Amino acid sequence: MKAKNKLLAMLLAILLLVCSCSSALAVDEGFASTYTYNYDYWSDIRESPDAYRVVDVLYGKDIAPVQDNGEDGALNAPQSMFVQGQDLYVVDSGNNRILQLTRDQATGKFSLVREIKEFTATDGTAITTFSNPTDVSVDVAGNIYIADNKNERIVKLDKDLNLLMVITKPDDTTFDQNLSFLPNKLVVDTTGRVFTLATMVNKGVVKFESDGTFTGYVGANKVSYSLYDYIWKTFFMTKEQRAQQESFVPTEYCNIYMDEDSFIYATNISFSEYDLLWDVAQPIRRLNAVGNDILIKNDHYPPIGDLYWEEGSQDYHGPSKFVDITVLENDIYVGLDRTRGRIFGYDSQGIMLWAFGNQGSSEGTFNNNGAIALDHMGRDLLVLDQRRGCITVFAPTEYGNLIYDAIGDYSNGKFEESAAKWELVLDRNANYNLAFIGIGRALMREDTYESYIEAMDYFKMAQDRDNYGRAFQLFRKIWVERNIGWMMIVLVVIIVIPLVLKQIKKRKMEVEAYERNQVAK
Amino acid sequence: MSATKLQSNAASARKEKWQRYIESVKYAKYVIFHPFDGFWDLVHEKKGSVAAATTFLVLFLITHVVKLMYTNFQFIAAPLQYVNVLEQALSLLLPFMILCLANWSLTTLFDGKGRFRDIYIAMCYALVPFVFIQLPLVFISNIIAFDEAAFYTVLMSVSVVWSVALVFTGLMEVHDYSPGKTLTFLVFTIVGALIIIFLVLVFFSLLSDALSFFISLYREIAFRLY
Repeated sequence: MKAKNKLLAMLLAILLLVCSCSSALAVDEGFASTYTYNYDYWSDIRESPDAYRVVDVLYGKDIAPVQDNGEDGALNAPQSMFVQGQDLYVVDSGNNRILQLTRDQATGKFSLVREIKEFTATDGTAITTFSNPTDVSVDVAGNIYIADNKNERIVKLDKDLNLLMVITKPDDTTFDQNLSFLPNKLVVDTTGRVFTLATMVNKGVVKFESDGTFTGYVGANKVSYSLYDYIWKTFFMTKEQRAQQESFVPTEYCNIYMDEDSFIYATNISFSEYDLLWDVAQPIRRLNAVGNDILIKNDHYPPIGDLYWEEGSQDYHGPSKFVDITVLENDIYVGLDRTRGRIFGYDSQGIMLWAFGNQGSSEGTFNNNGAIALDHMGRDLLVLDQRRGCITVFAPTEYGNLIYDAIGDYSNGKFEESAAKWELVLDRNANYNLAFIGIGRALMREDTYESYIEAMDYFKMAQDRDNYGRAFQLFRKIWVERNIGWMMIVLVVIIVIPLVLKQIKKRKMEVEAYERNQVAK
Repeated sequence: MSATKLQSNAASARKEKWQRYIESVKYAKYVIFHPFDGFWDLVHEKKGSVAAATTFLVLFLITHVVKLMYTNFQFIAAPLQYVNVLEQALSLLLPFMILCLANWSLTTLFDGKGRFRDIYIAMCYALVPFVFIQLPLVFISNIIAFDEAAFYTVLMSVSVVWSVALVFTGLMEVHDYSPGKTLTFLVFTIVGALIIIFLVLVFFSLLSDALSFFISLYREIAFRLY
């Protein structure tokens, strides 16, 4: 088995070498190959085949019409994107408009549907244009929700852009009335409830019912401060200095996303670096209705993006900061890291699927701190670069698709098919732990002595102690059942025979003692 | 004296030596269960021997290596492909010897009764529970599953706590110290060990500097002359 594996690994290595040579020779598709990797059990980086490739880069000037002031349609500091079906909404904040694009299913090209710049109001709302819109969301019925940041409101429009509802500052004591209501991000659930993140509101996600009434907050962040701050503030500051400083407050979330089951995924980018690895910072959270984090973390490290970084906050330093998150099929979630312009995919168990992307100026990379929004259309990923004003479209490669398929098959109960796909993944990347685990789990379902042994091998290769333990217990049960015969014999030999011998010896002694007595008499 | 008698004398002396060794090894059983009495007699009544102590030290190193190599992977996270057996053994042996040395250097100044030999013997005997619990644990780890890890970890911690407690009582009895003083000197011993390591490093780095100076001097002269 081991020798076979070694041979296989060697063959694979040769195959990889040949492949890499031939791909270098092959005609390039015109886009830079992205650098894809994953972390292994020892938290070392393992290079992997590309999970995603760039298929298209959309620039505003190519898709949007010329503007009123004569400038071309280039995006100006866009903030956000929203995808519904084949439709893509781009929030072009600097130009105070929202672009609705649609993707042709056959060619995969995007084209403009309309430019949303104003709406019609029949209730006498004065301002019918937007000022620095920051986010958009569309519900099942096609109603459009827009976070109109500088106008301090959220507007709900029907699909023909007629005003249905305006949400303004909540008239509630829990909302600080000195504060302007500046909605930044918003999501809408299936019943039309609106969840929004507003600037300077640190009590969590602001929640509005479908009729626009404010009903409180969801999932407040915990207060976080560093030990240094605490000591400095408590022991070395005068009372006056302390009063001038802000008190420790919980941090705001950075972005939110609502998955198909109406769970809110929230990301958080303000935390101290050292809180990350011990999973105190929890940069990605899945909030349930009560606001508790129910994200599953079954890997050796929490989903925090890169595991190693240089300290500091300059370019390329510091931990990964997820500015946006999107959730694909089977609860696979993908986070966009602003620090290094990287994209991290995790499965529902919190195990990293792949990471790719980088900072740079070629296609498929993002400007320094430019990556701002991420969404998905089917399995394709769309990334909005704020600084360059473009949307990069990534499509999964064969390898990327195999991973999705294998996960999908497993969660649909098709274990054999799933294992077959994991085998194909292993052909392409022999360092992929999840594939070993997937095959091992399928083997365990065969429920035979040999399959357990093989499953144990696979789990061991993936360093998966939990599953190994489970397979081992089942294997041990069968082993004991098979070998109970001679084990009993050995037990008898070890315990009973010495007892018998002891008895014999005792009798002998008694007899001898008796005889001696007789002689003495 | 005839030759045969000399021979038999030598043989009996060897036998006696061997018996003494066996006895001092066997005495470990008494020491680990009756540490106060045991350690006192070990050192002051000469019940222990350096040979037996060294045996336990070697066993301790072997245990460590065997543990790394043969514990089931469910219970140990060692990147086996990078493990160097000799390096692992030395990484325990050197700190052990340095700690003994540091302890002796300090306690000898603060009226500790123990000689270096006594400290060494006591420390080695204190390792016995570690060896005799962890060696079987290596086997046990291969017949229990991850769910039953509690069993493994409890025994593991028992072995460590037991050995540490023995180190403490051992030092106390060897030096005839009070518990408080022993504790203080345990802390100082660690500091002392760090200082020793520092001095050794400084010494070697200076030595290598001096050597490289003379080597380059020689090269310079050789270059000029030819």
